[in-house]
Amino acid sequence: MKKQEYVEYVEKRAKRSPILKNCFFAFVIGGAICTLGQAFLDLYKHLGVNEDDAGTLTSITLIFTSCLLTGLGIFDNIARVAGAGTLVPITGFANAVSSQAIDTKSEGYVLGVGAKIFTIAGPVILYAILSGTLYGVIYYVCTLIWG
Amino acid sequence: MDVFVKYLLAFVIGGAICTIAQILIDKTKLTPARILVIYVCVGVLLTAINVYEPLVKLAGAGATVPLTGFGRLIANGVKKAVDEKGLLGALTGGLGATAGGIAASLVFGFIASLIFSSKPKK
Amino acid sequence: MKNPIIKLKNQPRISASYSVVGHLEKQGPLGELFDEYSDNDKFGKNTWEKAESEMQLRAVKGAIKKSGLKEYDIDLLLAGDLLNQCVGSNYATTNFNIPYLGIYGACSTCAEGLGLGACLVDAQTIDSCCAVTSSHYCSSERQFRFPLEYGGQRAPTAQWTATGSGAFVISNEGNVKITEVLFGKAIDKGITDINNMGAAMAPSAIDTIVRYFEKSEHSPDYFDKIITGDLGFEGSEILKDLLLGYGIDIRKNHDDCGLMLFDKEKQDVHAGGSGCGCSAVVMASHILPLLEQGKLGDVLFLGTGALMSPMTLFQGGSIPAICHLVHLSSR
Repeated sequence: MKKQEYVEYVEKRAKRSPILKNCFFAFVIGGAICTLGQAFLDLYKHLGVNEDDAGTLTSITLIFTSCLLTGLGIFDNIARVAGAGTLVPITGFANAVSSQAIDTKSEGYVLGVGAKIFTIAGPVILYAILSGTLYGVIYYVCTLIWG
Repeated sequence: MDVFVKYLLAFVIGGAICTIAQILIDKTKLTPARILVIYVCVGVLLTAINVYEPLVKLAGAGATVPLTGFGRLIANGVKKAVDEKGLLGALTGGLGATAGGIAASLVFGFIASLIFSSKPKK
Repeated sequence: MKNPIIKLKNQPRISASYSVVGHLEKQGPLGELFDEYSDNDKFGKNTWEKAESEMQLRAVKGAIKKSGLKEYDIDLLLAGDLLNQCVGSNYATTNFNIPYLGIYGACSTCAEGLGLGACLVDAQTIDSCCAVTSSHYCSSERQFRFPLEYGGQRAPTAQWTATGSGAFVISNEGNVKITEVLFGKAIDKGITDINNMGAAMAPSAIDTIVRYFEKSEHSPDYFDKIITGDLGFEGSEILKDLLLGYGIDIRKNHDDCGLMLFDKEKQDVHAGGSGCGCSAVVMASHILPLLEQGKLGDVLFLGTGALMSPMTLFQGGSIPAICHLVHLSSR
């Protein structure tokens, strides 16, 4: 069997991920995390924090919770069911950072935790900044042309 | 707006944004790390072309909590900084607007590494 | 290529075997059979890499003790594992006053060590040796995939790296003979999916099995069991299916260590176990005792290994695989 034939044979017979079930849990758990975020947002606004800071505080609250659940070994059990439901909210970012930090402390706090903490978070930050800067430059040029 | 409707919209739109990512993971060869990168960039793009802000008005945290919301913060931060400082803002605005989230992740992640050790799965 | 099966005229024996496993393997269907286990998979150590070395250390000590020999009697250690630079073996073997050859064949290392050791003893260059190999879920996961606490989903074809170490003493004493060895060729069929190692390894098992039955006087039915190392559910199905195309039917007597070690329905291991330790502990504590008791006569053991490196995968490379065959007999 040629390489290409074999690869096609394998892909055809491989059991697919249960996409309907996965989507259901991603929807419910992802939605629930966002709803929880909304509750925190309203709470902070109710306490008199301004709109922007309330948003930041909401993120920080969710990040703190994710890091705690990651450390306790609970987050990965939820994520195994939730899939993108925990990955896509800011919780997934926080889990990627804290799980790397916990995992690499055996290699020390500088070259272990310090370097590896960015393994998954690094690409996100890099491309966020790159696309942001690109947008900034385009926006700047537009303001020059159209004022 | 009715509180119930507000929370329902946060739930449905937040859930929908996650579901799109789940379909991408299951149907394509995209790894979770790539999904996150794509989501952030899409967030910046949709905010830049003024599509994302109306969604945030509608869904609140349903649109700000997903990683596309992180992209939105970057885009809005850059825009504001460019308005104030000109071209320099293109470099300073993004990280400035997301500093809270990034710093919180790093600080809490680091503290977690001080307190916890990795455990085998049950 | 002449491609001969190596016939071992002096028929070296496996005199003793010993297994050390983690908690999930202990809870599996073969749990009762293993010699030693750890509740928290740490084996009293503070890093997963040290825990893996500790497993190997205990397995070698246990096997030597069981064989009735002394450390002094063992002429050579053949050891390997999945970690970079084979650190699991490197540190474990510092504890012995025995010459050491490090071997790497990914998950096929158990069969590689058995085959190589048997050849050396058969050639009477040495009197006895100890082949040992290990894998640890926690150390492999962090080297090959993600941190343990990372929240990810596994594909249905993904396999679970077993935590365990198996050691075998090969000498001229014992009931279980190693009569034939056929080393595998590295085979690359273009599989790039890290979540489908069974599919990556199946072609190497097919190649070795086809080459064996081309030259062997035996037919597949001669063997009580044809056991693959860690093809898991997906790889085993591919193997049995594609072998039919070569006119070889092993559906009746095929078994896979990855499927025996865990309960696929009750334990969340998806397509089954994998890793060097998987086939090593199943062979050491399940198959060899059956051979010793005469409940099995002839067994073909095919250690399968996916020679995977995360770096070359990121560079767009595919996953080569290898499969070594060892013919065990108690007749």
